[in-house]
Amino acid sequence: MSSRAFVFIIPVIIIAIFWAMAKIEYRNNNDPTRKGYFERNGKVLGIAFIVLVAFWTLFLVGLPYLYMIVESFHPQLPPSKRGGPDDILTIAQYQSFVLSKHTEGINWLHISSLGFTIFVSIVVTALNFCICYPLAYYMAQAGAPQKVRLLMLCLIVPYWVNEILRAFSLRLLLASKGLINQVLMWSGFTDVPIDFLGNNTGLYVGLSYAYLLVMMFPLYNAIESLDKNQIEAARDLGAPWWRIHKDVVIPYAKPGIASGCTMVFMLSAGSLAAPQFLGGPRMLWFTAIIYDFFFQNFNWARGAAYAFILLAVCIALVMLLLRLFKVSLGETIR
Amino acid sequence: MNSKSVMRGMIAFYIVLFFLYLFGPLLVMSVTAFNTPSYPQAYPFEGFTLDWFVKLWNHRAMMDGLKNSVIIGIGVVAIAVPVGLAAAIIMNQIYHRARSLYYLVTISPLLTPGVIIGISTVIFWKDVLGVTDFTKEVFYKGIILTIFGQASFVSAYCLLIFMARLTRFDRSQEEAALDLGASYPQVFWHILLPFLKPAVVSAIVIGFLSSFENYNTTTFAILADKTLVTVLAGEVRQGTNPALSALAVIIIGISLAGAIVFEVLKRREQQKADRAQREAVMAERQEAVA
Amino acid sequence: MSAGVELDHITVRFGEFTAVDNATLDIKGGEFFSFLGPSGCGKTTILRTVSGFLEPSEGTVRIAGQDMRGIGPNKRPTALIFQNLALFPLMSVAENITYGLRVRGVGKADRRKKADELLELIALPGQGDKLVSELSGGQKQRVAIARALAVQPQVLLLDEPLSALDLKLRQHMRNELRAIQQLVGITFIYITHDQGEALTMSDRIAVMSDGVIQQVADGKSVYDDPKTAFVASFVGENNAFAGTVTRADGDYAVVETAFGPLRGRNSHGLRPGGRAILFIRPESARLSAGPSDATFSSKVKNVAFEGNMSHVFLEGIGKKDVTVTVGRQDGAAIPGQDEIAAISYDPNLGLVLPEGKMARE
Repeated sequence: MSSRAFVFIIPVIIIAIFWAMAKIEYRNNNDPTRKGYFERNGKVLGIAFIVLVAFWTLFLVGLPYLYMIVESFHPQLPPSKRGGPDDILTIAQYQSFVLSKHTEGINWLHISSLGFTIFVSIVVTALNFCICYPLAYYMAQAGAPQKVRLLMLCLIVPYWVNEILRAFSLRLLLASKGLINQVLMWSGFTDVPIDFLGNNTGLYVGLSYAYLLVMMFPLYNAIESLDKNQIEAARDLGAPWWRIHKDVVIPYAKPGIASGCTMVFMLSAGSLAAPQFLGGPRMLWFTAIIYDFFFQNFNWARGAAYAFILLAVCIALVMLLLRLFKVSLGETIR
Repeated sequence: MNSKSVMRGMIAFYIVLFFLYLFGPLLVMSVTAFNTPSYPQAYPFEGFTLDWFVKLWNHRAMMDGLKNSVIIGIGVVAIAVPVGLAAAIIMNQIYHRARSLYYLVTISPLLTPGVIIGISTVIFWKDVLGVTDFTKEVFYKGIILTIFGQASFVSAYCLLIFMARLTRFDRSQEEAALDLGASYPQVFWHILLPFLKPAVVSAIVIGFLSSFENYNTTTFAILADKTLVTVLAGEVRQGTNPALSALAVIIIGISLAGAIVFEVLKRREQQKADRAQREAVMAERQEAVA
Repeated sequence: MSAGVELDHITVRFGEFTAVDNATLDIKGGEFFSFLGPSGCGKTTILRTVSGFLEPSEGTVRIAGQDMRGIGPNKRPTALIFQNLALFPLMSVAENITYGLRVRGVGKADRRKKADELLELIALPGQGDKLVSELSGGQKQRVAIARALAVQPQVLLLDEPLSALDLKLRQHMRNELRAIQQLVGITFIYITHDQGEALTMSDRIAVMSDGVIQQVADGKSVYDDPKTAFVASFVGENNAFAGTVTRADGDYAVVETAFGPLRGRNSHGLRPGGRAILFIRPESARLSAGPSDATFSSKVKNVAFEGNMSHVFLEGIGKKDVTVTVGRQDGAAIPGQDEIAAISYDPNLGLVLPEGKMARE
């Protein structure tokens, strides 16, 4: 059977295993409160729920991912040759990431691009954390509910403007003829316009700007649930403000911080708009490489492989960081 | 100046800076929408004009894109809201050992880069729909693929919204309804859904907005078609044009209007609840006297 | 129309924990029956088993003679008043009351009529369009009852309905509930931890502790003739004197306690050598000397005046005081603090019961 068709069997196997486990467990334990699934929901609703959830988890989430992974292990083939004898399992696409096809040797171009992308994402994450933490703390601890809701609304409104337009607005600001350069030259700070876009400042600012809110909310939620009395107690005991944060607030808010950082990191690494519009000409963004494989070269297999590499590296980094700071995955999702 | 007022001053300064960072670029862009130069310019302000708004209205591709965005948005919400609701209900009923895997699978679209969702959607459905010529002709379209791709993570948003609302549901109401003779489907329609109505509204609004402004996934899945956002991206890539600023102004205007409406509705709801509370207190007092 | 409820060797287990252990009893149709016991004794579990939310691990529930196994709560001829009332907040008072009729397909006009009838019954005429959030605690209580009565159940189950109300209201509602039950004539199964409620309202009471039914009898019997140490100590106040039986002749037994040998009624036929507890109610004790095997003395710790009676607290065994209640009309001299007083009682009113677990303080 072709490897592609095999993908469809995997979910069926998993579901069958759990179903059997459940049946056995319920036969052995007699729980007085348990009602059967169809008893609880009625036949029509019961079937409707299952169909909806199955369609989503299988056809919109699970199978496409598995399918893409399988595709990444195939060579690039025109539609006529798919399914034919040339359609074999191969790791050529992954190899092409490490070994360049054009020059003999390591594919430094792509590898360094991945490194650059990851590096920028980490910096942006750290940047956003520093920017958002004070405000999150202020809103969570100091605010009256009316004020907090107003601040929330002020935070959300800019994000209703599309990310493309936001990147566009930043480009206007940072361009050679843009407002910031105008102000700098007018104030005598510099004689020539600073090439913010060329030196990648625009990129960092754009990514940071795009995902401020994503850092803001988990931070706010985490700090908000901290009992204010603990901070009062620490203050009473004479702790200076930086110790209060280091010893009381941050350890408590660790899951929220981890959650915010994870999301900003992953969104930043997978971002397309900001790098496209705000990056310098010499910069190569890894996700843009994937985009090109798809739309310039029509090499879907290679695009899929690179996408999977990006995902794997990001997840590995995130898990490493979580382990390092002793946060469990379950806590962050909350 | 004691340390407390210094601290307060610093905090105020920081907040001002923060919101300047947040709103600054948008304000500047809004100004350029009304400024005459064809290169978006905020300063100097050469002349007030609404030309750019007119140009926007006449922009054929953008209007087409707008239409598609709305269609896709409706399609996504039509799928994601029922799916999210079903998934939330099943979350509580699923075999407990399978729950972690179930949760992981349903939340994963939120953490997956949009690029991957887009790619996997196209690759998967191209083959699945390519099984017969009929399905390929009719269904392998950018709009449908985009709906599928976006629905994967919008459903996850809806799932979270419904789960949050469900945790506040008083199970004893369900039991009371059963005890009075309702069947389980009747409990669902009479008791659970009315309770979930606010969540349904949130899910629809958030789902539609998320779909409308999505770029990463859409850009892959839309194939040959366009949405407003992809047209926008194309325009920005080619250069700058104050018509884009005009679009931004319109969007900001709609958002502000939406925010005001939301605030008004919230106030009204609060007033109603307060009034009911007062009635109850009065009734309690009368009872104590009797 | 009311029905009898039979519990036939009902046992309910949650994993390793047994919530109800082999409960067997027969509740007659039209009876006001109470389950009385401390929290965790299993009374709520029994209620939920009768109403159909739990399936018993062993045994059968029969309502009007029909086996209820496998019949869900929505199909049983029972209606449950929840402890938190569980009124539907998004529906009006009238919609709440007639919900049971709505799911049975009764038409709007008929529902309106029935709502008005029941609103009259619970003394809330014309308030049908109000929201639940606009009602007081007592009003909500009555709406919950009306809602349950609307479906004409054969058995009405009440889960500590008065526990959230304040004292005056509780007294008032006791009478109301009793009146409603006698008016409508259906079987009431009432669970509570408040023995005052159980005693004043019920035809019969089942006293429960740790999942076991200790005694089933009417209020007077449960009070005067408790069958176990738990019942004796839970229902009303009681002085307990633990010891060993030294003599048992005929109806009486003598127990050697920390206060010396004391005689009481031996209703269980206990033999010498067995461990036993002698129970004397505070109102059965006198602050004067009596027969030698029914008198002891102790030091007065405290006297509490409570209007129509006074409570005298004397040193007892361990931490628990000996209580003697003296009525106003008694005219007896009440000793002062730290005085040594003689306490006696009528041996017929002293009860010797086998040693057993008593109610927690």
